[in-house]
Amino acid sequence: MKRLLLMLLLAWLSISFYSGIWLFMSGFLLMRIELGNQSQCSSPPSAAPHLQDARCWFPQRFDKAVIVIIDALKYDFAKYNPENDNPKPYENKLGEIHRLCSAQPRHARLYPFRADPPTTTMQRIKGFTTGSLPTFVDLGSNFASYAIQEDNLIHQMVSNGKRVVFMGDDTWDGLFPKKFYKSYFFPSFNVKDLHTVDDGILQHLYPTVDGGDWDVIIAHFLGVDHCGHKHGPDHPETAKKLMQMNQVIASLIEHLDDKTLLVVAGDHGMTDTGDHGGDSEKEVTAALFLYSKAPLFAEQLKTEAPAVPQVNLVPSLSLLLGLPIPYSNLGGVIDDLFGWPEDKVSALLSKTTAYHINVQQVARYLDSYSRAAGDLPAEKLRALADLFTSLTSEYEQLMSQRDQLSEEELEIHLQRILQRQQSYLDQARHVCMESWARFHPMHMLMGCIILLTSCFFCYIIAEAGSVLSLPYKNLLGYPLLFTISVTSALGLAVWTSGLALDLVTVCAAATLIFQISFYFNFQAKKSSPSRRQTHPVYLLLSGPCVVLLFRCCSLFSDSYVVAEGSVAPFLLTSLLTVTVVKLHWDGKLLLPTFTPLGSESLKPSLTPAYRRDGSRLMWLLAALGICVRLSGFFHNCREETPDCQPSSFLSPLSSIRDPDIKNVSYVFCVVFLGFMVFLVRKWLQHYGNLNIASPLVLYVRWGFPLIVLGIACYWAVSSGTEDSLAKLKELTHLALVACPRAIYAMAGLGLLLILWNPITVFMKSRVSDPDNTVTTYRGAPSSEAELQHVIPQIYRKMQRTLKSRLQHGGEGEDGKKGVSVEAYGLGSVYSAAMVITLSILTLVLILLHSERMTPAFLLLLLEAVIILHIHGHVTNLYSEGVELFSVPWYSVLAWSLAATQNFYSTGHQPVFPAIHWNSAFVGFQEGHTNNIVPALLVAANTFSANILFSAGSCLLLLWPFLCEAPTGRRRKGKKEKEGGTEDEETPMMEMRIREDPDRFSVALLQLGTKYLFIQGVQLLSCVCAAMILRRHLMVWKIFAPKFLFEALGFAVSSLFLLLGIALVLRVDCAVSNWFRNLTLQQNR
Amino acid sequence: MAAAVVIAQALQCYKGIMDETEIRRLSVGHVLCGLAVLFSLCVPPLLLDEFSLLGTHLTWLCICSVCVVTVNVLLRLTLKPNPSTKRSSFAHKVNKLKQSGLYFFVSCLLFHGIIVLYGAPLIESIWETFLFAVLLSSFTTSRCLCILGPNFHAWIRVFSKDGAMSVWDHSLQITTICSIVGAWLGAFPIPLDWDRPWQVWPISCSLGATFGYVVGLLLAPFWIYWNRKRLTYKSR
Repeated sequence: MKRLLLMLLLAWLSISFYSGIWLFMSGFLLMRIELGNQSQCSSPPSAAPHLQDARCWFPQRFDKAVIVIIDALKYDFAKYNPENDNPKPYENKLGEIHRLCSAQPRHARLYPFRADPPTTTMQRIKGFTTGSLPTFVDLGSNFASYAIQEDNLIHQMVSNGKRVVFMGDDTWDGLFPKKFYKSYFFPSFNVKDLHTVDDGILQHLYPTVDGGDWDVIIAHFLGVDHCGHKHGPDHPETAKKLMQMNQVIASLIEHLDDKTLLVVAGDHGMTDTGDHGGDSEKEVTAALFLYSKAPLFAEQLKTEAPAVPQVNLVPSLSLLLGLPIPYSNLGGVIDDLFGWPEDKVSALLSKTTAYHINVQQVARYLDSYSRAAGDLPAEKLRALADLFTSLTSEYEQLMSQRDQLSEEELEIHLQRILQRQQSYLDQARHVCMESWARFHPMHMLMGCIILLTSCFFCYIIAEAGSVLSLPYKNLLGYPLLFTISVTSALGLAVWTSGLALDLVTVCAAATLIFQISFYFNFQAKKSSPSRRQTHPVYLLLSGPCVVLLFRCCSLFSDSYVVAEGSVAPFLLTSLLTVTVVKLHWDGKLLLPTFTPLGSESLKPSLTPAYRRDGSRLMWLLAALGICVRLSGFFHNCREETPDCQPSSFLSPLSSIRDPDIKNVSYVFCVVFLGFMVFLVRKWLQHYGNLNIASPLVLYVRWGFPLIVLGIACYWAVSSGTEDSLAKLKELTHLALVACPRAIYAMAGLGLLLILWNPITVFMKSRVSDPDNTVTTYRGAPSSEAELQHVIPQIYRKMQRTLKSRLQHGGEGEDGKKGVSVEAYGLGSVYSAAMVITLSILTLVLILLHSERMTPAFLLLLLEAVIILHIHGHVTNLYSEGVELFSVPWYSVLAWSLAATQNFYSTGHQPVFPAIHWNSAFVGFQEGHTNNIVPALLVAANTFSANILFSAGSCLLLLWPFLCEAPTGRRRKGKKEKEGGTEDEETPMMEMRIREDPDRFSVALLQLGTKYLFIQGVQLLSCVCAAMILRRHLMVWKIFAPKFLFEALGFAVSSLFLLLGIALVLRVDCAVSNWFRNLTLQQNR
Repeated sequence: MAAAVVIAQALQCYKGIMDETEIRRLSVGHVLCGLAVLFSLCVPPLLLDEFSLLGTHLTWLCICSVCVVTVNVLLRLTLKPNPSTKRSSFAHKVNKLKQSGLYFFVSCLLFHGIIVLYGAPLIESIWETFLFAVLLSSFTTSRCLCILGPNFHAWIRVFSKDGAMSVWDHSLQITTICSIVGAWLGAFPIPLDWDRPWQVWPISCSLGATFGYVVGLLLAPFWIYWNRKRLTYKSR
């Protein structure tokens, strides 16, 4: 019962973390689904019967276009105020635009251009090419590259035979790989470099324009943006840069002809400090300037032009250039551009036709989208659909009776339809924006608060766990009842009052209510025992606390997140070094003979004798450092560190050309794999867990080598596939599928065996030992044959007696009748099950990685063992057997830091392009029918370090028992046994757990909460970083992916922590049964 | 009875005076050590062309190490922190000197290894790393050698909680810990993307160590003076 409650409590804590994460995500992660549909010229969304002259959806107006994107061209930069006598550096610098607008009002116009947040360059490029509202996660078919999958302007241009020439920012290369007819890319990474990109563009721009080998030119200047980042807008450099841009526009115009449209646009604005990314007015207001040598607008504008949403550029450009509007466009056409047969009615007619096509297209998109995803609110969609049907019928009716109406009537009707069409488009965009492109600060804040309170609960349970010995049944029961009643009452109240019931809010409310009621129940129970002593302030300065603080702060800095792969090992080594140094400082490493100082001796003649542990700890620390340093060779790179070379071990073996090197690497990988299994077996043998003939031990003896063999086969086949003979194609294909599946099956079998019978104890009773007497045929041996029969028996007996003396972990008990039972491996029965499980998991995870990552996993295991050893020694040195049950903070922190470090050392980075997608096809060469299996495989690959470390975290509790010194503190007797006088020299090791089962479950609870706390605090700082820095330049590139990875990693970790604890509890159950059976046998 | 009390008081008084003079001697030593660092910062630009702390960092590392070691040796000869009672022969002294040199060299190598294990580049800029190790050794090991002599057990004793037996031992503890903590903290600015010249390996670390060392030198006399009532040295 107690075990169940322990699991429930931990599960509750995890669930409250999950709900916090979910709540935060719902407010922070802007998510949407990408549709793969493409618009076709041949299939317009609606037939427009009166447009016979159109080759595509709409008659083409311009043959060519020059699109100049000036990064971060704010509207304030482009606006010209002639009355301003004392302009700031960024004001009144684009005089050319002003000159054109005032001199040729029907040819040129300047609009405020409203970008949708997030205002980062990549999202904006996506925005004004697809016409959609890009969010952080565009769930498309392919995560592995940034390439735009959706239908977009560039795609339409290319597929309709336009020659698109691009020059400038190389972000476009990633977004539109191999789309351009000609391209000149320049690196955009260095924000400090103001001129490389711009000068590069200028070198190619005019020759290209004059050369005539183009239909569309796109030039993306970065200088203004970089200037803003480096100096801020209010700086002479900005003025220089803007003046240069002015010059560019002026001379570009001279190169254009009548059939060319010039578009000058900023992708976003900037704040007064030159940053962008958020949704403030200054960031979203960019400038859009349109110009053509042929008259573009029907009438000239009296006032300042109205603001144009950025997505509106897409349908306008498409229709002007005679292209279909991209499928997922949400923008509406800019109607000024379509009023061109100049008489009023035909202008209106043309506008309504353009709008009509636009409306049809948007409606088609919304329809397809709502079929694919359910995140748009249904009733709003319904209202939109109603509006759409009435609009369509009205339009069609008008078109059919166009000839019967008088001019004035027609004009009135057209005006009305036009307004309704505009409002339809606005509403549609609004609906989508509300669900895709807006942060919910309340949700984010609530998520943070829930995470914070969950951390707090983890902390108080971890600290008060020993007080919390008995009654945590009502701690869970009452709050649950209370929460269910209050939440249902609340839900009912909200429901009856007619407000929309938001699932997320209800969930948050439920979690909070549960936490509050838990807290009060907890306090009520806790106040009865003695109060906890208040912690002194200097505890904050202790090693683990400082390291945790540094770790959390480091998650707030983008450079530190980028460098996390080397920061985590630094902190890990520092933490363990400080721990050992502190041990020395406290004098625990010196033998007690040192303490009494000779009162008379003037000279410090004492030679402090060091314990053996001292030098051993030093060696362990050095080994840890070496392991950590070596594992750095397996790091992957992210694009923020341009001079980093990804580890060559990350590429699969099949990518090596040279067959010799390939063979050598293959052999090395297999040897490492075999060595790992050998070490595990050696360890089990050392603690005497390999003696029994149970299925589990058989599995370890034979199954492990079999798995190794399977992996080796798989590697061999997969690395040599290209050069295999045609005849063997079938066979290799079969092997590629069969080997991994067989290994999955073997691993599953192993885990089942562990669950079924995790006891690996070899037991024999000494008195009833049949081999105690040497059996002979008759009397004394007389013949050679008889001797040959007897001598091995004698030898075996001697061996056994010797072994029973030497055997570690041998455990003897006396029954009532003086019958003693020897049990081998009882002292490590818990850890043995854990170690076997972890090795099975490791083998499967190795299979999912590239072959040459095997040494990284070996290092991971070695590192884990070293940390456990250091922890075991330190705990044993500090405590005299009493404190063994509580796992200190530093070791939990070190464990979690090691998990983070090994996330990087297994070749991962918290960015999407760095995910190893190949792992989804291990054992499933031909692809998948569903999405669950590949998701599981990729998650297992990505979070392998988290899986291993969190599943193994119970070892932190068990290992100090294993490291217990063979001599010294012993306890006599056991609860189950009356006798037990024999074999007092043997350490009790993990059987100490059996002495105090209550304390054991409390200790497990404390360990679990401590681990959850440390993971949770890291998660919390990631969440806070993402929330506070949501306007940071790097939020979508660094913080948001980091948060996602951290959140998923937390989910995986907590799940496997629970599974690990469940496994230990299962072993505990089995051991209890084993003892019960034993006593029954003895009493019989 | 009264006489005993008077004697006890006198003893106490004497002990206090002893401590005061000792602390004064210590302070003088510390000021000299600090001046050595200051010297290495101020004087070379006057004598050497193109010398700057950041530009020619390796030169500065050498100069600073040499200055600090020299001052430590001079202090050892003049102030005699742990005077040994028995007179030792010349051969003995030479032997000790040889041993000290060996210790110093080994500590440089050890520091180098530790720094590499903490994440310093292994092959590129190996000289920077090594000279940084030398600097750390001259801040820590050379002082240990000068105050305690090449006696490893004494070192182990001093760096434990109740191991310090004189003001010198205490100052040794403080300066060593401060230097190492300074070097450790000096590593933190390295990953930041500020593009400052001092973020280059090992400049921030060596500056951190130097800063820590100087702070330790200044702090130690005050700390000892402040806690002089609490610190009773059993051996004296």
